[in-house]
Amino acid sequence: MDVLFSLAINGLATGMLIFLLAAGLTLIFGLMDVLNFAHGGLFIWGAYTGVWTYQMTGSFLGGIVTAIGVGLLLGLVTERFIVRPVYGSHVQQILITLGFMLVLQECIKVVFGPDQKIVSPPSYLEGSFIIGEIVFINYRLFIIAVGFLIYFAFYYLFKKTRVGLIVRAGVMNKEMIQSLGVNIKLVFLLVFMVGAALAALSGMLHAAYSGVIYAEMGLEFSILAFIVVVIGGMGNFKGSLLAAILVGLTQAFMAYYVPALSLATNMLLMAIVLVFRPQGLFALR
Amino acid sequence: MSSFLEVSHVRANIEQYHILHDISFHVPKGEVTVLLGRNGAGKTTTLRSIMGLTPVIAGEITFKGEKIRNQKPHLIANRGIGYVPEDQGIFHDLTVGENMRVAMKKENEETKERMDWILDLFPDLKKFWNKPGGQLSGGQKQMLAISRAYVNDNELLLIDEPSKGLAPIVVEKVMDSIHQMKERTTILLVEQNFMMASGIGDRFYIIDDGQTVQQGQMNELKQDGVLLQKYLGIS
Repeated sequence: MDVLFSLAINGLATGMLIFLLAAGLTLIFGLMDVLNFAHGGLFIWGAYTGVWTYQMTGSFLGGIVTAIGVGLLLGLVTERFIVRPVYGSHVQQILITLGFMLVLQECIKVVFGPDQKIVSPPSYLEGSFIIGEIVFINYRLFIIAVGFLIYFAFYYLFKKTRVGLIVRAGVMNKEMIQSLGVNIKLVFLLVFMVGAALAALSGMLHAAYSGVIYAEMGLEFSILAFIVVVIGGMGNFKGSLLAAILVGLTQAFMAYYVPALSLATNMLLMAIVLVFRPQGLFALR
Repeated sequence: MSSFLEVSHVRANIEQYHILHDISFHVPKGEVTVLLGRNGAGKTTTLRSIMGLTPVIAGEITFKGEKIRNQKPHLIANRGIGYVPEDQGIFHDLTVGENMRVAMKKENEETKERMDWILDLFPDLKKFWNKPGGQLSGGQKQMLAISRAYVNDNELLLIDEPSKGLAPIVVEKVMDSIHQMKERTTILLVEQNFMMASGIGDRFYIIDDGQTVQQGQMNELKQDGVLLQKYLGIS
């Protein structure tokens, strides 16, 4: 029983990290119809700049703030100069964002060096406690809490505020929302920046979770995020959360019980969803 | 009456197709101006061009004396022009209330008064306030689309084929509501249903093959059997 709980917590923590990355991706796709393969680049820049600040100042919170700031800034640059010229063309979007992803990845090596960096959580988030026979690792609980906090913050934003309504309406009908007096380009830019900030936050949290960061991890992790977006339904925020938890849990359990299949599981999961429900498990239509 | 909206010699393409060749008309303040014409004549494209949704390649459009040709749609909307598209443009996954809220630029006493007036005019909207827009009937969607355009203090409403696809009894209700709005705002109406349009229009323009070919007072058109037969196929 304690193994099951431990695996569930592991799975949830991984799921939340994937969710933070996938949330931005699905928002950007849903509202702007943009396939952003540079998302993984924003993830690693969040991780590296956040960790750099954390290690220089000793403040983990400072690292998180830096990662978010860098995410917002890179989001601005990416939308304005990389994505905006290729709105409406998926092929061009894939090519240019994948290219920019590689640029971001290589720039990490130039700025921070090619070697891996070792990171550990701050002392107040390290350690664990036991209830019954179940071991709870503090940092994993922290990630789960942050994931749910972000989800509910966005849920509130989308459901209860006019800004959120505008974003949802923009996903459904861009022309109409403009005809109601909304500057959709500005909304696009802000959503892109927020999506990028979520990716960067995910990178920073992941750094201390995995204990090591390297330039290629953005591409690896963003593949998981794309799987989640496909399973959850393109543009579906809630679907992304549920799919991320599903992927995280599946990965944790498979890694423990059938390690040989662990890497293939998520791909298989996505393939099955694409065959039987190509619009995604949680898509409304 | 002063001219409110002026459209002068407008030409517009959709991709490689020339849709509008020479559209000219004006909409006086406080009146209902109706654009009539057969299917594919260019009526919808005319409204889209005014809203900045279809680029204009020649000609000029002015609203309250200021040029608005090819401005961004949100800037045109914020000048005080409300738009009800042919497909109603309802946000299907948003509730009726959310559809209204997303349209409301500000929430003040004036907006509240307009909202109360709308809900008196369309009690169905109040009844289905929490229902997703996509689950409404065709008539209810039309009422919601008109209400959404009206809830702000827009001085001009562009309404595209409000009777399209609706049952006659619903058409009557929608037209009656437009009739009541006529007292409060200026309307440019595109309508194929001449009987309905003639009941509320003050002035008409006939568009044929992307050109304005006839104009006048609606009362005159009702008497002109030749014109009705020639351009609208009504005998």
